[in-house]
Amino acid sequence: MKKVRSLFWRVVALAILAGGAYGTWVRFTQGLGAATHLSDHAPWGLWIGFDILCGVGLAAGGFAITTAVYILHLERLRPIVRPTILTAFLGYLLVVTALMFDLGRPWNIWRALIWWNPHSVMFEVAWCMMLYSTVLALEFSPVLFERLKWHGAVRIVRRAVVPLVGLGFLLSTLHQSSLGSLYLIMPTKLHPLWYSPILPVLFWFSAVSVGLAMVIFESGLSARAFGGALEFDLLQGIAKAMAVFLGLFLALRFLDLAWRGALPAAFRLSGRGSYEAGMFWLETALLALPILLVAMPRVRANPQALFACSAVVVGGFLVNRLNVATTGLDASSGVHYFPSWMEIAVTMSIVVVGMNLFRLAARYLPVFHDATHGQEPREAAYAES
Amino acid sequence: MCAGCGACVMACREQNGLPETDASDLTAEQFTVIRTAAGRNGDVNYRRLCMHCEQPTCASVCPVGALHKTAAGPVVYDAAICLGCRYCVQACPFGVPKYEWTALAPRVRKCNFCAARLAQGKVNACAEACPYGATIAGDREALLKEARTRLAAEPGRYLPKIYGEHDAGGTSVLILASISFAAMGLPENLPSEPMPALTFRVLSKIPPLVAVGASVLTGLWWLTRRKEAVARAEAPLQAPEDAGVGPGVRR
Repeated sequence: MKKVRSLFWRVVALAILAGGAYGTWVRFTQGLGAATHLSDHAPWGLWIGFDILCGVGLAAGGFAITTAVYILHLERLRPIVRPTILTAFLGYLLVVTALMFDLGRPWNIWRALIWWNPHSVMFEVAWCMMLYSTVLALEFSPVLFERLKWHGAVRIVRRAVVPLVGLGFLLSTLHQSSLGSLYLIMPTKLHPLWYSPILPVLFWFSAVSVGLAMVIFESGLSARAFGGALEFDLLQGIAKAMAVFLGLFLALRFLDLAWRGALPAAFRLSGRGSYEAGMFWLETALLALPILLVAMPRVRANPQALFACSAVVVGGFLVNRLNVATTGLDASSGVHYFPSWMEIAVTMSIVVVGMNLFRLAARYLPVFHDATHGQEPREAAYAES
Repeated sequence: MCAGCGACVMACREQNGLPETDASDLTAEQFTVIRTAAGRNGDVNYRRLCMHCEQPTCASVCPVGALHKTAAGPVVYDAAICLGCRYCVQACPFGVPKYEWTALAPRVRKCNFCAARLAQGKVNACAEACPYGATIAGDREALLKEARTRLAAEPGRYLPKIYGEHDAGGTSVLILASISFAAMGLPENLPSEPMPALTFRVLSKIPPLVAVGASVLTGLWWLTRRKEAVARAEAPLQAPEDAGVGPGVRR
């Protein structure tokens, strides 16, 4: 049975990759217009909304956990430092990959290094992306150095780890929030349920929430794949923190809506604006439900239930980002953007590649606490700061 | 005043080497277009083109500054440094920049205010071509004065507004009309503050945010380390090696 299921998923993955390969070929031989449903009315689509906005957010566990361990000295969380750094690092690599698909002239990307426009949020985004990717690579490097037995290199990185983590926190804060700031310049275009002067703040809180959800989610996944789950009391602590951040996010969200007088737009349940209202409530329900669930001791005591909660948070987060990127712009653009199958196939291929890279790294590198590859106990190296 | 003859569109096409097209909107191959909308006394012709904002949204959002406003007024584009992020297309409040979606080295396309002609001391091709004086070119202050004179002379003929005087912080293209500007696809709810201020207000907070953030992080790091060291000192009999604070920290 297990073999059949594994074969099934392998076939699905191959089908996705085949579609993605075809989409890639069309994108780079016939242009963006041939491969996507993008147009002058909807110039940003799935690749920005999902691959970039969601991808960066899902990687937020990296800075949240490293900060908790290296700055706040929450030693209990140490066992999950490496898996979350791996997730964040792979996440950023995939975001950069997706960017190469989405940019019309990707070969010009290096020019952001030289031609500066500090008035552009996109300039901030570009620099955060470059710098934080570098920080993540350095944070992850000891895992590789250990495997290669380059103990000198491990020692050098270990000495720099606290400032590195601090820098990572600052860059991530800027990066996560700047993705929200991108939309500040579109007050007449983005629907009032999503346009807000505090978009950057909202993006930061939702990113931290989903970053923590991803830690739980991945721990569940890797428990299935490798058997060794994280200590359960750890996951409970993370779930509580996740609920707190979600609560803060929703409180800010509703205060902001009320203060701007945009709440009535949420109750336009028929006619024009009902689509936006519906998507708003879907997003809100998916992000509020897990708070209630995590608050129940019976749910907290059940690993499966916690895993499900984290999946709901990830879902709610994806809806939120896609609402900002597409739903909220539909009305003003005059077209209803829905991605082409090739856009979807390329995006799913990137996810498949990411999951497999994670699997390979987890198998061949000393990533998990209880990895049994005859490696030295990982505390000996990177863990100590 | 516009009779919809299309002389401006043809002049624009010739000036910019654009192909013939029957598109009814601005496109990557059509930098200006004449459209009609229902007015009080029958259909009214109106023209759309880049507004050439005083503080252009497109130029402010471009990460590499591929778009910029020249001293003479035109907002121009340099494809050579463009990354193709299309933030300008997304952000322009007037929906002006268009993209070459089928090209492999796509460019952002829009009216360039005949920057080359202006540099030679000539007026814009469209204004020169207009046989009815519906489009006139000149210094912004002079045009504003002319617009005010017209509004005062024939108050019933126009809506009492010079579009572009203050919208989005003011534009180099000014419009008088008898039909609502919204009907022409021009947003009527734009702030009179330039759009770039919306994002720069946040961007300018980055340096202090980083400074405060770095100080807070350092403080928290020191505090929590100290707390742990104290806890360890107070419980010397319990697991002396197990506190998790390594030699790198102790220094």
